[in-house]
Amino acid sequence: MCLAIPGRILEVHGEGPLDLRGEVEFSGVRREVSLAYVPEAGKGDWVLVHAGFALQTVDEVEAQRTLEELKRLADAGGGLGAFDEGEPGA
Amino acid sequence: MKYSREYRDPKLVHSLADEIRRITTRPWTIMEVCGGQTHAIVRFGLDQLLPKEIELVHGPGCPVCVTDVSLVDQAIELAERDGVVLCTFGDMSRVPGSEKDLLSAKAAGGNVKTVYSPMDALQLANENPDLEVVFFAVGFETTAPTTALTVERARAAGIDNYSLLVAHVLVPPVMEALLESPGNRVQGFLAAGHVCTVTGYRIYEPVASSHGVPVVVTGFEPADILKGVLETVRLLEDGRAEVQNAYSRAVKRDGNPHAWSMVERVFEVCDRSWRGIGTFPGSGLKLRGEYAAYDAGQRFTFHEQHDLKPSECISGLILQGAKKPPECPLFGTVCTPESPLGATMVSSEGACAAYYLHRGVEGTQSVERS
Ligand code: SF4
Repeated sequence: MCLAIPGRILEVHGEGPLDLRGEVEFSGVRREVSLAYVPEAGKGDWVLVHAGFALQTVDEVEAQRTLEELKRLADAGGGLGAFDEGEPGA
Repeated sequence: MKYSREYRDPKLVHSLADEIRRITTRPWTIMEVCGGQTHAIVRFGLDQLLPKEIELVHGPGCPVCVTDVSLVDQAIELAERDGVVLCTFGDMSRVPGSEKDLLSAKAAGGNVKTVYSPMDALQLANENPDLEVVFFAVGFETTAPTTALTVERARAAGIDNYSLLVAHVLVPPVMEALLESPGNRVQGFLAAGHVCTVTGYRIYEPVASSHGVPVVVTGFEPADILKGVLETVRLLEDGRAEVQNAYSRAVKRDGNPHAWSMVERVFEVCDRSWRGIGTFPGSGLKLRGEYAAYDAGQRFTFHEQHDLKPSECISGLILQGAKKPPECPLFGTVCTPESPLGATMVSSEGACAAYYLHRGVEGTQSVERS
């Protein structure tokens, strides 16, 4: 139940820090979430959402760095098989 | 979906498994703490991609599974009381209390409402001033900021018919307790990434140094999990008891200070009983004295607690990584997700449910492929 899903902020609204909210899109589904804990996040940012709250802004630079590191490893070796779509542990 | 699909690329996943195999020289036992990771490991068959020297044992990281029976009974009692609505995350509604679960209490006329967010419960209270709305606050450090904010907002808005039945649990104390238990086999931990999103990973530094175990912050997608295993094996092979972050797109060393400071404002640390495992000092959160008005445990009086009927369910051992679900004599025969005997068969993150759903009754079926 600690699952946090990445979504993209479409709009920010609300009055005052505790009331900061946003429209966030998750694979085509929109939901209003509290942005009280990511006051620096703005339109277009990706956030990790748990139980209706954005808990962290996704660090796009770090995400890219990790993927490149993984790809370098994969290019050095092989790899077979396939994994399906959907949420792990959802 | 961005930030998840690319971490399921089979080529990346298999090359990580190959790299783990390449660097492993002897047997290592690694515990993934979080139930979400257990579910992904079993579902994608990640354990079966690893060399035989590496054993993944499943940890106690399912807050629904470890919520004490007495709290489930209190939630049921509240739901059955006139004028009270008990709001809960869906996972909690089929967890057995001493006599029944929330779902059967609801079927018999109890007022149970499943919500997606504690904010929905607060809104319900705001719209229905004649009702007492109680939110069953279950969850780790990840969830505590969400319930803390509802209390702070209720106070700011003068909403006085809202309260929490608090069952929050904290991860590091139970990791230490497992390491100190006599039968401990765990040599390294995959730390729960989303807990660390809030707390940061500096909280594991004392655990790693005082117990000499590496701790690697790990995400939830297949490549994230194997990257966590790879970093852990590297540290084990090198004899380094350090904390590393293999989930850097979501986790910083200091976590989210906005979220954690709200938790500290509203809650304080307390001892907590973990279902089937035992009571650990400092392993839970309770509302601070200033917020006593929002504490359902103080606002309502409850009946005598019933004792739990003795049962053959070994979920306590499963939550400590001492046994795997197929080792339970009731697994898949007497106990199934349709008629669960223990919380680890109820919750989608419980190890018993994960094995049953993805490995079948024998618990051994191999890797899921599409
Ligand atoms: S299979 Fe059922 S009875 Fe056995 S440990 Fe798991 S929850 Fe308990």
